[in-house]
Amino acid sequence: MSTHARDTNDNPRPILEVRELRKYFPLSSGIFNQRAGTVHAVDDISFSVMAGETLGIVGESGCGKSTTARLLMRLIEPDAGRVLLDGKGIAEPAPTGMAIGEVRRQMQMVFQDSFASLNPRLTIEDSIAFGPVVHGLPRRQAKARARELLARVGLAPERYAARYPHELSGGQRQRINIARALALEPRVVILDEAVSALDKSVEAQVLNLLLDLKQEFGLTYLFISHDLNVVRYVSDRVMVMYLGKIAEIGPVEAIFGGTAHPYTKALLSAMPSMDPARRTQKPPLTGDPPSPIDPAPGCRFRTRCPYAEDVCARLDPQLVTAGSPDHRVACEILRPASGHSLAAPAIAHAA
Amino acid sequence: MSMPSPATNELDLRGTAPAPVFDPAKALVAQATRGYWRTVLARLLRDKVTVACALLLLAIVLLAVFAPLLAPADPFKGSIMQRLLPIGSEGFLLGTDELGRDMLTRLIYGGRLSLVMGITPVINALLIGAFLGIVGGFMGGTVNTLIMRTIDVFYAFPSVLLAVAISGALGAGIFNAMVALTVVFIPPVARVAESVTTQVMSLDFVEAARASGASNFTIIRVHILGNVLGPVFIYATSLISVSMILASGLSFLGLGTKPPEPEWGLMLNTLRTAIYLNPGVAALPGAMIFMVSICFNMMSDGLRAAMDVTQ
Amino acid sequence: MFFYLLKRLALVIPIALSVTVVCFSLVYIAPGDPLSTILPSDASIELIATLKKEYGLDKPIPVQYAMWLSRAVQGDLGTSIATGRPVNAELGRAIFNTLILALFGSLIGFSLGLAFGTIAGYRQGTWIDKSVTALAVTGVSVPHYWLGMVLVIVFSVYYNVLPAMGAGPSGDWMWDAEHLKYVVLPAITISVIPTAIVTRTVRALVADILGREFVTALRARGLTDRGVFWHVVKNAAPTSLAVMGVQLGYLMGGSILVETVFSWPGSGFLLNTAIFQRDIPLLQGTILALALFFVGLNLIVDLVQTALDPRIRRA
Repeated sequence: MSTHARDTNDNPRPILEVRELRKYFPLSSGIFNQRAGTVHAVDDISFSVMAGETLGIVGESGCGKSTTARLLMRLIEPDAGRVLLDGKGIAEPAPTGMAIGEVRRQMQMVFQDSFASLNPRLTIEDSIAFGPVVHGLPRRQAKARARELLARVGLAPERYAARYPHELSGGQRQRINIARALALEPRVVILDEAVSALDKSVEAQVLNLLLDLKQEFGLTYLFISHDLNVVRYVSDRVMVMYLGKIAEIGPVEAIFGGTAHPYTKALLSAMPSMDPARRTQKPPLTGDPPSPIDPAPGCRFRTRCPYAEDVCARLDPQLVTAGSPDHRVACEILRPASGHSLAAPAIAHAA
Repeated sequence: MSMPSPATNELDLRGTAPAPVFDPAKALVAQATRGYWRTVLARLLRDKVTVACALLLLAIVLLAVFAPLLAPADPFKGSIMQRLLPIGSEGFLLGTDELGRDMLTRLIYGGRLSLVMGITPVINALLIGAFLGIVGGFMGGTVNTLIMRTIDVFYAFPSVLLAVAISGALGAGIFNAMVALTVVFIPPVARVAESVTTQVMSLDFVEAARASGASNFTIIRVHILGNVLGPVFIYATSLISVSMILASGLSFLGLGTKPPEPEWGLMLNTLRTAIYLNPGVAALPGAMIFMVSICFNMMSDGLRAAMDVTQ
Repeated sequence: MFFYLLKRLALVIPIALSVTVVCFSLVYIAPGDPLSTILPSDASIELIATLKKEYGLDKPIPVQYAMWLSRAVQGDLGTSIATGRPVNAELGRAIFNTLILALFGSLIGFSLGLAFGTIAGYRQGTWIDKSVTALAVTGVSVPHYWLGMVLVIVFSVYYNVLPAMGAGPSGDWMWDAEHLKYVVLPAITISVIPTAIVTRTVRALVADILGREFVTALRARGLTDRGVFWHVVKNAAPTSLAVMGVQLGYLMGGSILVETVFSWPGSGFLLNTAIFQRDIPLLQGTILALALFFVGLNLIVDLVQTALDPRIRRA
């Protein structure tokens, strides 16, 4: 059913590249809507997504994960930076670029609110078939594909195709949203808190469905969530965001094993554990997250970081490798000769 | 989702009802049910008051449409000798007016102009206002601000004043009066349409549709229209009674229909001086306006209740 | 809060200006020559030209608008073509009369409306509620000019206890017992619609507030009925006041129909006269005054509502 070569993790190459992506939102107030500041929603982030992998994106509310998703989908326009899909710049002219219409075929998104994602006046079948019809598929074939996909996500077409969204449960609706995303046969699917609103048991079912579908159709996933357990379960690599910047990015074992960034450490220790012997007494993170409006220079996390020192206030930490080459962290502690008391001294030259 | 706005913005011309708040969990959910309209019809039929009003209105409309066949006399012919005969007179069931014309005939014929002058402006305003509101709500940004601010200027006039002013400026006449009323009704309809459209636009399925690569036109056609027209239409039905009263009011002031055309408002005007001689007859045209107006209001309320499927 | 005030004021100015443009241009959409009412049909060209110059009608329209506006701002609304008297004088008196009518009408309307609405809201679903609602719907559906006629028929023609028209023996209204009976019928007539609307609004508000969880919580903590009532009042006040303010505006601006029925010498009646005599300066001046009054009233209503309702202030 796929019309493109399946992207598996066997031949890792970046299918998505993000370079210096930036999105600021101006805030206005006062009589004449004067500028009252700028929200640095996404502040100069760069990362790659390998074909066939699942990249988990985690962070607190307001860290910019959803904005990033929408920037990738080009639902909002970035202020700066480029996004490359398969080496071609999105919304850039040919031959090096790719038109937005084509991007829409290759990249799709599943939203968090399963109910608001579906037009209450369309049948399930029509909702799923909408995308293909827009892209030129004849109605009958689009509906047939819709029914196939319904079956594939575990909803019997005979029973569900002609139903309306309000007649179904949250889990069923999310399956439909997934089917709708797949209707265009994309290569990349962005899941923006797609399972966050579901009951735990339903969540497990949907997650397993997602993994099966990924395998079958050779998809690449960007899995955005605030739930670390889920992210750990599904991801190959994980990216941690904080206030519009990337704090850490690396393979899932590295992140969940010996993490490097203080923020990630705090997040992990904040995860409620099933083990009563490991009760948390002190909250790992104190203070409120600072406002993303006109952030001060230096590391964004320093106001809550237990290891913060003066050097952290001077420069924005860049991503440096920590341990293995594909594990990168934005923290002065891990940058040799940064001046941080815990940092390594200057790299010794080989004698 | 939306911030509470002052009630001034939510009330229509005579505050007969607040503008609909689009609640996707409630309002639309039911609209999509297969057989929804059958359900609405069933509920309407069970509402005795609405049914009675509908039947009464139907009777009046039929009378108006088939006036030449059903009316007993010629609405324009009358003899001064027989002026202002009381109700129940020999040969004149409802008496005669100040020029001796049969009241029953005049009332039946009067329904034609009164109903047309009342309903047409609302239909026009619905079409134009909904278009403006949906376009504004969909485009957002400067276009929306431009459209809505222009509309606000007309909203800044009290409705009666605006109707009288425009009608007075254009000159008396049926067409001018209808133009004036259309202009008066476009702003509230446009506001409601814009408000509902904006609320629909903020829902995820519109974003999902955009993510599918659909064109703006397709998105409006498939996703927006179906969800917006319903509430706007219901709102417009509540405007009909106001429109009828204003239309007849304009004629009452001499700004609408011109004599000798039979029209309820105009008849009230010409019969004013007759209240000392024959108050019963003088009050009849107004009673008709009242009856039709109350029927429309009841039906509009009934329709709203029947469509509100939270019960 | 102060900045909100400034912001609202700033927003009002373009609307007010646009309103003046509309008022001014209304006259120019009219067919026919503005001077045709005062000119004999065989007037010579020189006479027409002279009169045009005198009234400033020979200048381009935007210039005329600017001249008219600058004079209006200083309080000079021109001279009535029909009577030759300054528009201000006529308008001032007329507005006073309408204000009286509007005040009496709102007094009756608001007190009845608040009373009925609150009772109906407290007794939601009972026959009291149903009758009040039915009355309200009736009130909104009745053509008030017809109602005026009916009242005149009953109280002037049949029973002859109240006068059928006018504001009093002296022509205008004055504050004495003699004039009081002249205002009774018009005030009742004009109060019907505001009563109905205020009733409906207050009923909906009260019913909604009483149904809210916080009221249940208050009662569970032992708050008396009087205490609950105070909370109802506090929560219903902003919207109710807004509605009442707007209704007052409608009463002032839309009084023409009732004033015509009762020959009440108010601004509406003046407007009627101006239209039929095609008295341009008077027409422009009256519409302008009434429209701007409405705009100003809306502004006050908005500000009062914001002051009372903290939720809106946050916005």
